[in-house]
Amino acid sequence: MADGMKTDANVDITDVVCPMTFVKVKVALEDLNDGQVLGVHLNDGEPIQNVPRSLKDEGHKVLSVRKAADDTYDLIVQKNGLAQ
Amino acid sequence: MSSLTNEQLERYSRHIILKQVGGKGQEKLLNGKVLVIGTGGLGSPAAMYLAAAGVGTIGLVDYDVVDLSNLQRQIIHKTSSVGKNKVDSGRATIEALNPDVKVHTYQELVRADNILDIIRDQDYDFLIDATDNFPAKFLINDACVMAKKPFSHAGIIRFQGQTMTYVPGQGPCYRCVFPEMPPKDAVPTCREAGIIGVMGGVIGTLQATEAIKYILGIGDLLTGYLLTYDALTMQFRKIKIPRNPNCPVCGDHPTVTKLVDYEQPACDLRKKG
Repeated sequence: MADGMKTDANVDITDVVCPMTFVKVKVALEDLNDGQVLGVHLNDGEPIQNVPRSLKDEGHKVLSVRKAADDTYDLIVQKNGLAQ
Repeated sequence: MSSLTNEQLERYSRHIILKQVGGKGQEKLLNGKVLVIGTGGLGSPAAMYLAAAGVGTIGLVDYDVVDLSNLQRQIIHKTSSVGKNKVDSGRATIEALNPDVKVHTYQELVRADNILDIIRDQDYDFLIDATDNFPAKFLINDACVMAKKPFSHAGIIRFQGQTMTYVPGQGPCYRCVFPEMPPKDAVPTCREAGIIGVMGGVIGTLQATEAIKYILGIGDLLTGYLLTYDALTMQFRKIKIPRNPNCPVCGDHPTVTKLVDYEQPACDLRKKG
């Protein structure tokens, strides 16, 4: 996926708005083990402003952020990566 | 994979966002089973908040019917419910609030010969004592100690309320604090004494909070503490109470080893309308 990094799971939150954006990412992360990585496809604006911050608040590490040509973003998030 | 549907993710989103809850915690709530004994001033808000929270199985115990004088505080019942069985009225409110909840109703007074069967019926995880009389409070306490079930005690009168939480093996029970029934007619019931309508909302909601925390396994429960609230002075007091090793029911050498039906004060005995 993004940056050629292999992800353990992916979630697309371009079809929902706050707070469902973070809810869907959070539930997807719960299915992973610590250290595994999740790809998140999200919209510009409120999602890209808030979702990475919420992830950091809960101890997850945003490994990369990539903007696509259609103004959407792809995040790579490592579960509990800030705790390690 | 999370078992939550998209609709559930949305309904419980404000829970799931909480670090202490998450999707896993919400699943625990949906699998949780709470028995609410009494659907009056305390049981109304307790049962409604548990239902809104998505506690998946809620039992309601009450023998009474809705009376017009209940509606000043018993918010689970409506004007149109007057004359109906309280458990049926409560069920209707819960089912309208949250279809995720399975409601089990017990149209009876808790007694020594039925309370353990009611608890076992759905193997409830946690009980809420939302009753308005001492015989029921002592019976619920003794049954929970004997069945090793956690429960939230509460009592409300006039402008005052109190609550404590019993968890087996983790602190005092109700009888550690109040070993024996008060003498008959020494204590007024809320029928005689009056009760400010909001009191059940405050204390019953605290009871629901304890049930939710217990199911989620988060925070500190009111085990080993009696919380009192005075609405006139707006004072909360959290009083530390030790377990009594000589407690007649949970002590090291209990003297109360089987359930007893204590006598109801005469004014509490009312015929079904």
